[in-house]
Amino acid sequence: MADLRVNVAGVKFQNPLIAASGTFGFGEEYSEFYPLSKLGGISCKGITPKKRDGNPPPRIAETPSGILNAVGLQNPGVDYFIKEELPRLSKQGTVIIANVAGNTYEDYCEMAEKLSNSEVDMIELNISCPNVKAGGVQFGTSCESVAAITKAVRPYCKKPLIVKLSPNVTDIASIAKSAESEGADAVSLINTITGMRIDINTRRPIIKNNTGGLSGAAIFPVAVRMVWQVANAVKIPIIGMGGISTWKDAVEMLIAGATALQIGTVLFSDPYAPIKINDGINAFLEKNGIKSVSELTGSIRIWE
Amino acid sequence: MKYDTALCRLVEKKEIAKGFFDFRVQNTDLMNNALPGQFVHILVPGKTLRRPISICDVENGCMRLVFEIRGEGTDILSQMKVGDDLDILGPLGTGFKIEKGKKYAFVGGGIGTPPLLYAAKQADTAIAVLGFRSSDAIILKEDFEKACSKVYLTTDDGSAGHHGFVTDPLSEIIGEVDEVCACGPTPMLKAIALIAQKNAKPCQISMEERMGCGVGACLVCACKTKINNVEGYSHVCKAGPVFRAEEVVF
Repeated sequence: MADLRVNVAGVKFQNPLIAASGTFGFGEEYSEFYPLSKLGGISCKGITPKKRDGNPPPRIAETPSGILNAVGLQNPGVDYFIKEELPRLSKQGTVIIANVAGNTYEDYCEMAEKLSNSEVDMIELNISCPNVKAGGVQFGTSCESVAAITKAVRPYCKKPLIVKLSPNVTDIASIAKSAESEGADAVSLINTITGMRIDINTRRPIIKNNTGGLSGAAIFPVAVRMVWQVANAVKIPIIGMGGISTWKDAVEMLIAGATALQIGTVLFSDPYAPIKINDGINAFLEKNGIKSVSELTGSIRIWE
Repeated sequence: MKYDTALCRLVEKKEIAKGFFDFRVQNTDLMNNALPGQFVHILVPGKTLRRPISICDVENGCMRLVFEIRGEGTDILSQMKVGDDLDILGPLGTGFKIEKGKKYAFVGGGIGTPPLLYAAKQADTAIAVLGFRSSDAIILKEDFEKACSKVYLTTDDGSAGHHGFVTDPLSEIIGEVDEVCACGPTPMLKAIALIAQKNAKPCQISMEERMGCGVGACLVCACKTKINNVEGYSHVCKAGPVFRAEEVVF
């Protein structure tokens, strides 16, 4: 057995696979398939200061090798999360990451402060949700706004801080540097790519929100490229995500520069994907005589 | 562990009306746990999302799944061959609650009729009201005739049975039954819920929405509900697909 453990900003993960925010709820449902301790970690459903109902349906549309979604951050609010979900989650033997999204600086700071006094292991700043009218991605699309929100939250955040980046930008490497310069302990990328599908008979967008976020295998090459670009620009660890569906994808993303990985959409076709991917990574490491998964991180041999 | 996926052998396949397929799949664990009104989530080769298909019946060692080709996914599914294995996640969701000694009306529209069959078979007394577009889209009529004391048939174009909607026969018989269970297009369910409400009869309706994970984690299959006076979105895959009619905000 190869060593699958990874360390992201001082937090120890028993393997590099983290369930991606929004695909895994608060873990309750998937714990009916397997013990959550099989996962390196869970990035919980994005939470906001108050309960949110989310967008009207339809919230999902299938696309070639992917899906569009626009859930709109339906969640019970940060206080409910801490009181009702976290006590159970923190006993599961896996790293718990709280994913937070707000409309204002104060929203993010308030949640970071509350969560800093809770059992969560890390806080992931969601400044990249494309499916809410106010807030979210507005903080994530320029270097200045990313620097400002990271700077604002940093004093309130006593836990390791991950900034989750939007791919809907012209230069993701500069954005990542802005987060790093204001004290982010890690970055995670990519969130979904804004997309759209239209029903040709009704001429209506399939998703009620009109646009949605594209995820799944379709976005994997974009994610690999962006993780590689960010790895060249920052020193903080990268949590890579975006369409990882197989162990080969996982290995590829690590080689591109990721220290840990999040997987989401593949869970919908195969709830057991995290376990299979870990097994596949382990077999690859053993076959190639590599002792630790972390040796893969950034091991790309780029063409000069 | 409550959820699992299983490979289920397709042992029988029929096209029971144009574009409507009747699959029988074998898997003992899956069948033994299935409740009327629940669904299974089927992996479709080459597709990112599974397809939710209602459980039509469990009999003779097989689970019966009846579906209509609606798009690419169900088209691929319809091309599966006898002897193929289907990767099935389920049974999932909250189904119909059928109580002993009660007389039920099962009201189905089109591809909404299959999930009512297993429920009708478990009811002590059942009447069915089945509505279809036209005579060539009629499915499961004989099965409901076996399971129910009476079957009312309607077609939109009058090519078979009563010319009109299921609400016509339902309005006539509602006084005879204790409870209504319905599945079909949303406007039909809304009309049925109203008839049940006017006649002070409890009513359970099976809802449909585009679905992701199928287990309640991803929150995409939202259905507007009012439960305990709180309005919000419930999810068809876990809280549903069957809701009490008064809980659904149309």
